[in-house]
Amino acid sequence: MALLAVRNLTKRFEGLIANSDINLDIPEGCLFAVIGPNGAGKTTFFNMVSGFLAPTAGTIEFAGEDITHLRQDKIAAKGLVRTFQLVQLFKGMTVAENVEVGFHLATRGGVAAALTRLAWFRRQEADVHARARELLAFVGLAAQAEQDAELLPYGQQRLLEVARALAAKPRLLLLDEPAAGLNAHETDALAALIQELNREGTTVLLIEHDMALVTRIAQRIAVLDFGCKITEGTPDEIKRHPDVIAAYLGTEEAAHA
Amino acid sequence: MTLRASIFTKLAGYGYVTVGGAVLIAALFAFVFIKGGYLLTVMQLAMIYGVFCVGLNFFMGYTGQASFGQNAFAAIGGYGTAILCVEYGFEPVLALLASMALAGIASVVVGYPTLRLRGHYLAMATFALGLITYDLSVQWTSLTQGYMGYAGIPPLGIGPFTVEDERAKLVCLMVILVIGLWISGRLRSSRFGRALRAISATEQGAAALGIRVSQYKLAAFVIAALYASAAGSLFAHVVGFISPEVFGLQMVVVTFTMLYVGGIGTVLGPAIGAVVASLLPQIVRSTGRFQDIAYALVLLLLLIYVPKGLSALAGIGRLRPAESSTGAADRSESAATCHEPRKRATGS
Repeated sequence: MALLAVRNLTKRFEGLIANSDINLDIPEGCLFAVIGPNGAGKTTFFNMVSGFLAPTAGTIEFAGEDITHLRQDKIAAKGLVRTFQLVQLFKGMTVAENVEVGFHLATRGGVAAALTRLAWFRRQEADVHARARELLAFVGLAAQAEQDAELLPYGQQRLLEVARALAAKPRLLLLDEPAAGLNAHETDALAALIQELNREGTTVLLIEHDMALVTRIAQRIAVLDFGCKITEGTPDEIKRHPDVIAAYLGTEEAAHA
Repeated sequence: MTLRASIFTKLAGYGYVTVGGAVLIAALFAFVFIKGGYLLTVMQLAMIYGVFCVGLNFFMGYTGQASFGQNAFAAIGGYGTAILCVEYGFEPVLALLASMALAGIASVVVGYPTLRLRGHYLAMATFALGLITYDLSVQWTSLTQGYMGYAGIPPLGIGPFTVEDERAKLVCLMVILVIGLWISGRLRSSRFGRALRAISATEQGAAALGIRVSQYKLAAFVIAALYASAAGSLFAHVVGFISPEVFGLQMVVVTFTMLYVGGIGTVLGPAIGAVVASLLPQIVRSTGRFQDIAYALVLLLLLIYVPKGLSALAGIGRLRPAESSTGAADRSESAATCHEPRKRATGS
């Protein structure tokens, strides 16, 4: 059974059809990519899956459960965690604190627990403190742990956002154009990180328009164009597919877009 | 290391400005205690405003939401205490707690629908809340006695012990403010506080990590209301008299000033701001009829040159990071690895 099953998903903004009748199955353990030129509706699709946008029609099932109309935080609680195309860092907090927020779902305790600080809460806070630093070491930001998050260079902000999402223990990690604005070196680092996560068992759904990156790391690719899914297959199939070449790689201008 | 040397390094770790500031505050309180008189009242009010601001900081500082209507909850505290004590003969402490409970309930009822609004709209809605409360306190004379206000509110106390001496009142208020600060600091550096601060940075980012944004906003709003109510009650007990003007628009303006002068979003900032903004008019009074201008001028200069508030000055003059000596090592290392975001990268 697919971990994520999208059926006839449609989004209309007034007259504009941003997503039309999209069907998609993402098997557990897969590193799946959705590609398409700018304006193809990738982010709209992503926002609907993660609950940030209500679909006009269609359903989204996650692990056999209908999540179509759930609120964002409820969806995250089910194990579907996303990052954003425009990095949503928690400014005013340190790098480590950013990751500590990621442990929100995995931990408990509100005002009363924070005031009384009983043994279990202290243990939990110490645990969060330590595990946040482990995750930072995993993405290569251990040395920056106590720094202000907003002072990180852009590439590292992206890595931090991934580390933060990982803290929420996603079953399915949605990465919205994680390589946007990264240099070649940073993109390589990110690609290696995503592959490693996937090897360790996290299902990844990636949105990208960097074809080179996607065909290198993705196991399966779906292509969107003008809001419709035009095809789906392995990287090799996609690269050879005439519709894809026409829609996405066909012209010089599109390749540079 | 000798004891003296270790104390010195520890102090140096806090930074000269922090140590200097602490000494200055201690000296100020000592001066006020010795001198007595009007300054005692000024400092009492500063402590009360401090309690209010520490609460407001939960909502505006940590959570980053605008509220121009917290004076409504101070009014509930003030009138609640006054009515319960004067009409029903409640114990002051009980009246204070009962008023806080009432303000808490009111904040949930008001906050639940209002907090759906964001930014300027939330500011407008809360502003309306403050105005409505003010009008109620003026017009609902059978309850509030209108412009006449409530007099003869008993001083704080438990049973036969009452705090009537002005110096004792100040000590009592200081203790309460410190407790308020302690709660604020403890909550800020916890799962709860981190969630609030995440919301203040980006609601979307917070929601994507499973934080129930509306619930946490409401919690911060209620906490702010509880503090505001406590401040309102304290005012009533300390001064012994309240009227609608006490909880009017003036209160909103003054507390905003305090929050920004002291440092919004920090633990100590609101208290520092409350003390500084309360003392400032006394200091500039010597300029006679120019005192309002002098007051505004000083505030402007503070906001221009210390935009993050006075508490942000604490970092200046620090010899080494306060947390630990390894912090410094981390920092230098981070500079060295800046161009190497991830060591694994070489393996790919």
